[in-house]
Amino acid sequence: MRKPFLLKFLLAAVLLLGNTAFASDSDVEEGKDKKTEIKEFIEHHLQDSHYFNLYGTTDEHGKVHHVGIPLPVILWDNGLKVFSSSKFHHGEEVAEVDGNYYKLYHSKIYKTDAEGTITYDEEHHPTNVRPLDFSITKSVVMMLVTGLLLLWLFSSLAKSYAKNNSVPTGAGRFFEPIVLYIRDDIAIANIGEKKYKRYMPFLLTVFFFIWFLNMFGLTPLGVNVTGNIAVTTALAVIVFLITNFTGTKDYWKHIFDPLGDGMPWYGKIIIYIILVPIEILGLFIKPFALLIRLYANMTAGHVVLMSLVGLIFIFKSWVGGPLSFGLSFAISLIEVLVALLQAYIFTMLAALYFGFASEEHDHDHEHEEEAELAHL
Amino acid sequence: MEKLVNDFSFGLFFWQIILFVLLLLLLRKFAWKPILNAVNDREEGIKDALAAAENAKKEMQNVTADSEKLLQEARAEREAMLKEAREIKDKMIAESKDQAKAEGDKMIKQAQATIESEKKAAVADIKNQVAELSVEIAEKVIKEQLSNKDKQLKLVDDMLGDIKLN
Repeated sequence: MRKPFLLKFLLAAVLLLGNTAFASDSDVEEGKDKKTEIKEFIEHHLQDSHYFNLYGTTDEHGKVHHVGIPLPVILWDNGLKVFSSSKFHHGEEVAEVDGNYYKLYHSKIYKTDAEGTITYDEEHHPTNVRPLDFSITKSVVMMLVTGLLLLWLFSSLAKSYAKNNSVPTGAGRFFEPIVLYIRDDIAIANIGEKKYKRYMPFLLTVFFFIWFLNMFGLTPLGVNVTGNIAVTTALAVIVFLITNFTGTKDYWKHIFDPLGDGMPWYGKIIIYIILVPIEILGLFIKPFALLIRLYANMTAGHVVLMSLVGLIFIFKSWVGGPLSFGLSFAISLIEVLVALLQAYIFTMLAALYFGFASEEHDHDHEHEEEAELAHL
Repeated sequence: MEKLVNDFSFGLFFWQIILFVLLLLLLRKFAWKPILNAVNDREEGIKDALAAAENAKKEMQNVTADSEKLLQEARAEREAMLKEAREIKDKMIAESKDQAKAEGDKMIKQAQATIESEKKAAVADIKNQVAELSVEIAEKVIKEQLSNKDKQLKLVDDMLGDIKLN
C-alpha cells in the first residue's frame, strides 16, 4: 500500500513544477511592456473566472485562442437569465439574452447597450450596472469538485471501517491520524472533552475543505479559491454564526458584563462604556481576522510564485531562467506547507472561538446544556 | 480595502455558503459520524480488551495460587499420614513386645512352678526312698544288731537326723 502513495506524492511534485507552464501565453504580444503584462496576468489569475481555462495559445496574427470549458452564467436581472459563458467570447463580444446586453470586462459582467459600450468614471472604474451574478464560475466548479472528492474519499473511508472491523486501510491510514489529530489536539484541546463532539463535523469539514482547495490552487489548474475574499468571508460567516448560536450564558455574560460581580455598578458603568463596545467589536474582529488571514496568505503565495515564474520571461537568460525556476520550485514546496498550515490555523482558531463560546464557569446550568445538546 | 470590496463577488459567496453547508451536512451524515464512531468503538474495544487481559492475568494468578495451596495441603496430608503410620507401627511393635514378654514371663513362671512341684515331688520321693532305705537299713541293722535294742533305736534316730539335715 506504501508504494502507490509515494507515486502520488511524486505526481503531485511534478504537477507543482507544471506551474511554469502558466506564463507561456503571456510571452508573445509585442509592444506591450512585459512587466505590466505579467502583472495583469497575475491579477487575472487571482480573480475568479467564467471559464475553466486549461491553457491559451496565440496564433501568428497575435490572436489568443483559449482552450477550456465555458461555464454556465446565471444572472438575476429582473428575472433569472441562464446562458453559457461562451457567448462572451472571452470578453470580446457582447452577449444578448432576452433583449438585454451583457459584456465581460475584467472577469466581471456588466449590463451594456447593443454595442457593448462601457462608461468609466474618472478613476477608470466602469459605471455600468452590474447584475447580480450567481454564475457557476471556476471557483464554484472547484468547490464542487473538492466537495465531491471529500465526500467520496471520506464516505468510502467510513465504509471501509464498517467492512474491516474498524481498521483503516489504504488512504485511511493517511487520513485517520489527521482526523484523530483534529479531534485530540484541536477540538478536545480547545473546546473540552464535554462539548467537542458537536463541533467536530464542522472542524473536520473546514480543515479538509481548505486544505484540499489550497492544494488544488498549487496545481497547474491554478484555481485560487481559498485566495478569494468571497470564499473566506463565507467560511468566516459560518464560524461567526456557529460561535454565537452555540454561545453559553457565560459567553454572553463575559461580553456584556466582563467584570462580573466583583465591582459595584457605578464603578462598572464608566468602564463598560469603553469595554462593552470593544467586546462587541471583538465578536466581529475574530472571524474577520480569520477571513483576511486565509485570503492574504493564499493570495500572497500565488503572487510570489507567479512573479518568480514571470521573472523567467523578464530575464530571458541562461542565469535568470534556472535561478527563478529554482526559486519558484523552493517557494512551491513552502506553499505546500503553507497550504496545510493555513488550513490548520483556520481550524485551530475556529476551535478556539468555539471553545470560548461553549465555556462554562459554574455547573448550575448543566441540565439546560444537556437539553440543548439533545435538541441539536 | 476598496479592491477587496470590489473583488467581493456575492454570487461566489452565495454558492460557497450553500455548497459548504451542504457538504457539511452530507459529510456529517456519511463520513464524520461513522468514522468517529468507528474510531471511538475501536478505542473502547482496545480498552476493554486490555482490561479483560488484565483480569485474565489476575485469574490465572489466582488459579496458580490455588493449585499451589492444594499441593501444599496434599503434601501436609501425606506427611501426617506417614507420621501416623509410623506411630501405629511403633505402637504395634511395642505392644507385641509387651505381649511376648508377658507370655514369656507367664511361661517362665509356669516352668518355675512345675520345677517347684517336681522338686517337691522329687523331695517327697527321696523322702519315701530314704524312709524305705532307712527301713531296709533298719531291717539289716536290726537283723545284724538285734541284740542291742538301745543301740538300734539310737542308730535310727541319728540316721533320720542326718537325712533331714541333707
